[in-house]
Amino acid sequence: MTDKQRLLIVGNGPVGHQFIESIVESGQSDQFDITVIGEEPRHAYDRVHLTAWFETREAASLNMVKEGFYQDNGITALSNEKVVGIDRDAKIATTDKGQQYAYDKLILSTGSFPFVPPVPGHDRKNCFVYRTIEDLEAITAAAANAKVGAVVGGGLLGLEAAKAIKDLGLKTHVIEFAPRLMAVQVDEGGGALLRRKIEDLGVSVHTQKNTQQIIDGEECVHKLQFADGAELETDILVFSAGIRPQDALARQCELEVGERGGIVINDSCQTSDPAIYAIGECALWGGRIYGLIAPGWDMARVAADHVLGGIEEKAFTGADMSTKLKLMGVDVASIGDAHSTTPGAKCYTFIDEQAEVYKKIVVTNDGQHLLGAVLIGEANDYGTLLQFALNKITLPEHPESMILPSLDGSAGAGLGVDALPDVAQICSCNNVSKGDLCAAVQGGAMTVGDLKACTKAATTCGGCTALVGQVLNAELTKMGVEVNTDLCEHFPYTRQEIYHLVRVGKIKSFDELLEKHGSGHGCEICKPTAASILASCWNDYILEPKHAGLQDTNDRFLANMQKNGTYSVVPRMAGGEVTPDGLIAVGQVAKKYNLYTKITGGQRVDLFGATLDQLPRIWEELISAGFESGHAYGKSLRTVKSCVGSTWCRYGVQDSVGKAIDLENRYKGLRSPHKLKMAVSGCTRECAEAQSKDVGVIATEKGWNLYLCGNGGMKPRHADLFASDIDTETMVKYIDRFLMFYVRTADRLQRTSVWMENLEGGLDYLRKVIIDDSLGICADLEAEMEHVVNTYQCEWKTTVENPEKVKQFRSFVNADKSDKEIVFIQERGQIRPATEAEKIADTDLIAVA
Amino acid sequence: MSWTTICKLDDILPNTGVAALVDETQVAIFRVNDTVYALANKDPFSNANVLSRGIVCSIQGTLVVASPIYKQHFSLEAGKCLEDDSVSIASYEARTEGDSVQIRISH
Repeated sequence: MTDKQRLLIVGNGPVGHQFIESIVESGQSDQFDITVIGEEPRHAYDRVHLTAWFETREAASLNMVKEGFYQDNGITALSNEKVVGIDRDAKIATTDKGQQYAYDKLILSTGSFPFVPPVPGHDRKNCFVYRTIEDLEAITAAAANAKVGAVVGGGLLGLEAAKAIKDLGLKTHVIEFAPRLMAVQVDEGGGALLRRKIEDLGVSVHTQKNTQQIIDGEECVHKLQFADGAELETDILVFSAGIRPQDALARQCELEVGERGGIVINDSCQTSDPAIYAIGECALWGGRIYGLIAPGWDMARVAADHVLGGIEEKAFTGADMSTKLKLMGVDVASIGDAHSTTPGAKCYTFIDEQAEVYKKIVVTNDGQHLLGAVLIGEANDYGTLLQFALNKITLPEHPESMILPSLDGSAGAGLGVDALPDVAQICSCNNVSKGDLCAAVQGGAMTVGDLKACTKAATTCGGCTALVGQVLNAELTKMGVEVNTDLCEHFPYTRQEIYHLVRVGKIKSFDELLEKHGSGHGCEICKPTAASILASCWNDYILEPKHAGLQDTNDRFLANMQKNGTYSVVPRMAGGEVTPDGLIAVGQVAKKYNLYTKITGGQRVDLFGATLDQLPRIWEELISAGFESGHAYGKSLRTVKSCVGSTWCRYGVQDSVGKAIDLENRYKGLRSPHKLKMAVSGCTRECAEAQSKDVGVIATEKGWNLYLCGNGGMKPRHADLFASDIDTETMVKYIDRFLMFYVRTADRLQRTSVWMENLEGGLDYLRKVIIDDSLGICADLEAEMEHVVNTYQCEWKTTVENPEKVKQFRSFVNADKSDKEIVFIQERGQIRPATEAEKIADTDLIAVA
Repeated sequence: MSWTTICKLDDILPNTGVAALVDETQVAIFRVNDTVYALANKDPFSNANVLSRGIVCSIQGTLVVASPIYKQHFSLEAGKCLEDDSVSIASYEARTEGDSVQIRISH
């Protein structure tokens, strides 16, 4: 027996997991024996973003449990096991596997279950709910043989489910009992606009429909019959008609439950048995079930604090149910008293039918304070309005200015973050206050990324990102920190500004740039940066006398320098395709110059150990065999990896190799802030690993899915799905715009992933710029890319054709020799550089060929 | 030791370097405008003969070359490493004589 307190958590969802994390974060987890039991096959995962599963179809992407979390903290985590009985006197829980677990404190985080209306036929086949990854897997499988899908329930989750069904390629219907969509959060006017926007997306909306029964269909599997006599046929049906608290265990062991369900808890989240807590959607506080994640996490933190002895005296005192989300690409936000039920409340409404925007604010009778708001179509003001409502900040004299567009271009009535008290909650998902953020900034956080990492603010729904940025800037300014974004001591500008100066000023050389905008001689930071920008803009041969001295190590001699001063050589094999003759020619060159040969991750061949003077000779031979530069040395497009695609593969749906070759040939040679990698997969099995690339393309039955901003390397990041089922022309247009926008605006050596994460507005903003042309620059971006494509040259061909340029590759300016200190050792049948010790020992050394 | 003529000034692109072999010594010669500087070509951090292939920079007014391997800076005048006081490399006298570049290695 142990003298540790035994904590038993029943239900391993996001809320149960938050409870465990809170205990671990307190640093006192070693005082407890912690066991968590979940009935699902996997541990806690992010149910808020359940729909994101469709992007990857991999459960791992939703996982909330960090690798090693349970082991590192001595926690026992059981899955596929369900607690079926609790003996409160003996303090023992029994599972469906007949196991018994004793506890000192029991935490019920059993969540909720979807309510399925008991209409006849609700249990027919292909009728689903939308709650777990298993539900999504079943829906996906059924959709493969279906043409029409319908969702019963037009609430938040119902619309999410409708989007999923639409994305699966089905004709989609939403059926709602109430007169409008999202009846809880949205008023009549907002509901009408929301409906129009959703219908514009090709989803049919049926309101005021009371389903009476579900029977066999004629065209489809099911026929729904409604009370008003109407009918609707569908192949699959998803019920999303609200949730019910999962309180069966509480009823079994006779804890107090509410009249309409829910385990009654006090402000410390204790149930009627003080040794048992209930948190999340199974708990009933103040007669109310909270069906959002943020209050659930609040309860978890309160319960953890109480279990730890009430150190922070936390209490759950209800929660704000304001919410902001994007439904099928439509911004929807609801704050506080959205339906103006407060006595004497007054409303202001703004409707822009042209732009399809609806905004309403509800204010107190005296017009002093904000009570609630509804925003549809555009919710940029959400953060500001929420702060006014939560902190009872006095409204401006004309409250309508809060939602009216500013016609003079000024920044609207927005709220200075200085007006917020330190206790103001900025991130409600993770309970981060303005004071927490300020403390983090004083502790050294300098970017929104830093703040996300150390406070978790803006890491869940992301609705507060802009506000977090404002607090950061205000606090940095207050601290007198001047964030120096100068490129280096020679240029008081950012890379983005220098790009602009070069482009607008038509500057063609570094000397001209330095003379007009810089000082000194330049350095190894500004010279390669300028070289890259000049190449992106004007695409000259990079070893022109005026450009040669600017180039970074590898660009300087068009090859990759290795640790002993030799180079590696990579001929381009677009899409990873190479003929047998080509492969033989590469092999012959490697053999002749005794080069170490290795296959790269980018599906081509790397030849190592060439000396400077050998490079032009090697390339002369490669070029005559039909090869061209692979730009492995450049901050530029490296490879477009491909799987073999529909030409050969039994599963492929498009010619991925052909597409990869086209893309590689289009973008080869483009100089960019960092290297670029792409891939094309021929089907959803994704053998080309496109989701780990800056640009990833995956074939679908109807076209291509485009993924952007992924990378491998030190900090891997999966690419985000940017656009679905687009045709080739659209895909190339988007990639043109994306790459040129990145070239224009990224920092030096900033990969697309970090660049995108630092764009205020992230992926949505990128979509607006690239798809909607919100900045009106797309024509320019395309023209700039067209120039680069049309002026492509193989840099090695240009070099070997010109004896003056070849002279630059001499190992010694005054002697026709190689560096005799370069020596190799034979290993596994090939050369490798000799170590210093081997050089001294001087046995079996191999000289340059 | 007398001056050795290495090459023509035009053999060195402005603001770049070249390697030269003087007897058995590998020398890196840099051209900044019409002035030339000479250092040992061996990068002491990697032991590779590569400094002539580095980028010529000015750091706080000092002319330096950045090693192409690990980017440490060495002053063109004296061979001192800016990042590590304990490290410096040989520097040699260099001059232009007409259109010729000459260096002198004293032992």
